Amino acid sequence: MKAPPFQYHRPQTRDELGALLSSLENAKILAGGQSLMPMMNLRVIAPDHLIDINRIADLVGIRETAEGVEIGAMTRQADVLSSGIIRTRLPLLRHALEHVGHIQTRARGTIGGSCCHLDPSAEQPAMCAALDAEFIVSGPDGRRIVPASEWFEGLLQSAVGEREFLETIRIKPWAKGHGYGFAEYARRHGDFAIAGAAALIETGSDRRITRAALLSFGVEASPRRLSEAEAGLIGQPVDKLDPEPVVSAARALDAMEDVHVTADYRRHLAGVLIRRALNEACATLERPS
Amino acid sequence: MTERSLTFTLNGQKHEAKADPRIHLGDFLRHSLGLTGTHIGCEHGVCGACTVIVDGVPVRSCLMLAVQIDGCIVETVESLGKPGNLSPLQHAFAANHGLQCGFCTPGMLMTLEAFLRATPTPTEDDVRIAISGNICRCTGYQGIVQAALDTAAAKANPT
Repeated sequence: MKAPPFQYHRPQTRDELGALLSSLENAKILAGGQSLMPMMNLRVIAPDHLIDINRIADLVGIRETAEGVEIGAMTRQADVLSSGIIRTRLPLLRHALEHVGHIQTRARGTIGGSCCHLDPSAEQPAMCAALDAEFIVSGPDGRRIVPASEWFEGLLQSAVGEREFLETIRIKPWAKGHGYGFAEYARRHGDFAIAGAAALIETGSDRRITRAALLSFGVEASPRRLSEAEAGLIGQPVDKLDPEPVVSAARALDAMEDVHVTADYRRHLAGVLIRRALNEACATLERPS
Repeated sequence: MTERSLTFTLNGQKHEAKADPRIHLGDFLRHSLGLTGTHIGCEHGVCGACTVIVDGVPVRSCLMLAVQIDGCIVETVESLGKPGNLSPLQHAFAANHGLQCGFCTPGMLMTLEAFLRATPTPTEDDVRIAISGNICRCTGYQGIVQAALDTAAAKANPT
């Protein structure tokens, strides 16, 4: 099918974008278009105004500042994947991106677009949740910073308002040598995951865990941190780790049911995948030299 | 809706055209420019048949608006070879039975064309991942993968 008619706008600057968002009704922002265009072609949505932000140059780029790694919202997934800063500072994000779509969709798709669209099984917003990212949003009243814990308002619903746009995603890297693990199950490489998981750990010189993040995604409507299980890992020796409490926590989630799988099977996957992610995080942890 | 003017380079030639904003790039190539080599399959970004190269990278032309190619360099399957004078990749597809019905072929060719430029000496796994966004219901992919590997090998070791 074809997209219904709309008015097309192509702002060149953030200010022009802000002005359009302030004045237009039933407008949608077109970022990489890899989710919005299918939805328009399928006529799931029919905006009156389409605001194409692909020509706003200063929404693109990756840089490291004192406050963390800043990724412009319009940075293409392919460019995040090939970035040296991401590889060395946010290896979990890079690892997850290998599972995002295909070369054609990564060439257009943007990290900001995925984080605003919020498909429950999308890897990028999920990794932002695992890494406690901050979302820098611009609106009529200026800038505000939304922590990842407040970004996910529900299925396909982020905290960005109708008159606002996402500028930057800022992520504080974990300590050098930290352990990171990612696992997902999809019917075909690059397809939307049926379920996935991520784990991050830091340890002291005695190889006991000092910091942990555990996340399941594609299981509930939004990515879910397993906070109690994270707290339970603190102080545990990484070489004699009992993963069962973590697995049980993932298996207790309120899993979705859909045309592909039952809720029971999704809970089963959540347990299997968090175990794999945690194992990988222990394996990637660099030994103190 | 108001048509917009756009200028772009298509298969090495400068073009000026007008497009209704709601027309996607694939339809624009086929209906407005008569370049029917690009095939439109699913129109929601799943099948990969409509893949073309824009500014050096492979994209799904059903998920890009025609007006978005303003100022861009676009390459379609028509830029590869001609009957009787196939490109090396097209020739390898023919030699390896990399196609049967041919519907997915333009998308496979353009995906692999862009991929092989960026990755001149791929492994079989690299090729399989590269075409993971292109669906072929005839071949079982073996011939397509072999065609890509043969093309890379021939370029690396010209006889």
